[in-house]
Amino acid sequence: MEHNIYGYLAVMAAVSFAIRVLPLTLIRRQIKNRFLRSFLFYVPYATLAVMTFPAILDATQTPLAGALALAAGIWLAWNGASLFMVSAACCVVVFLSEWALC
Amino acid sequence: MAEEIAAGTLRSEADNKGILQSDAAVLRSGMHDGMPIALGYLVVSFTLGITAHTAGLTPFQGFLASFFNNASAGEYAGFMLIAAGASYWEIALITFIANARYLLMSCVLSQKFAPDAPLYQRLLIGFDVTDELFGITIARPGQVHPYYNYGAMLVALPGWSVGTALGIIAGNVMPPAVVSALSVALYGMFLWVIIPPARSSRIVAGLVGLSFAASFAAVHLPFISTVSSGTRTIGLTLLLAGAAAWLFPVSAKEENHGA
Repeated sequence: MEHNIYGYLAVMAAVSFAIRVLPLTLIRRQIKNRFLRSFLFYVPYATLAVMTFPAILDATQTPLAGALALAAGIWLAWNGASLFMVSAACCVVVFLSEWALC
Repeated sequence: MAEEIAAGTLRSEADNKGILQSDAAVLRSGMHDGMPIALGYLVVSFTLGITAHTAGLTPFQGFLASFFNNASAGEYAGFMLIAAGASYWEIALITFIANARYLLMSCVLSQKFAPDAPLYQRLLIGFDVTDELFGITIARPGQVHPYYNYGAMLVALPGWSVGTALGIIAGNVMPPAVVSALSVALYGMFLWVIIPPARSSRIVAGLVGLSFAASFAAVHLPFISTVSSGTRTIGLTLLLAGAAAWLFPVSAKEENHGA
């Protein structure tokens, strides 16, 4: 099937906007369903974890560099480093380890 | 600034009982708190732009994508499916799944609005609900002050969308070693979102560990590995988050802790 990139972008924007705006405009009281609340609470952790691993191993030129970046990122985030620190450290680890390995 | 004058006029008309600061001051305070977020966005969205570049987007298309989506994981997932030539339905579904957490944040924010808050305020603030802006909004006590969010958005939105466009431009000219290094920045951001809650909750830690393992297995198992990566992400998310919600329903206290 042929698809236009602007078509993709329009679909993404419409879905993103609807997700963020519908609850804010429609809900004037609290959601009671405990399963739904719990499901929405757990979704980000499952999605982001699934997207991070093992994809991070394929993002770099050598899988080992990706694995080292993953370990460094987990360690820093675990110890409360800022967003910038965690992201930057992952990049530096990959750059240095690939420079040393290649 | 025109916006500050407009804000001041609105202030005198509105019934702002209990609010000591003027709207202009609140707007400035939002811009102040939004500045480190905008800088972080600039760096992270730059690497998102590199992904967008590999998916075949032009800098202008990347700018549009980021301006109207404001989502790292959602855009990343979308770009991967665009690169794979997926259908519009698959893109809609993955955008929904990857951004589902904003649905919950929006639900939470709906509880912080005055019941008579006008529709345009809800639309504008809803437009830029991100992990970071949600965080600083929730950190302020009492009801949402729209000008605080507008101030943060004024710096965060350009940071995110311009950064993406710059990443696409730079993706053309940078050496492979630098692209390789920068391509993990986004994963660093994902880790920054999921790891601290995993430290404070053993259930979240177990879910993250299990998700890593299941995702790794899905890539290598004979039948499942033939399914596209976007569909795998959707399926694993529904399965893992659904099982966690069924086995370990969370209390309101835990939700606030995690967010």
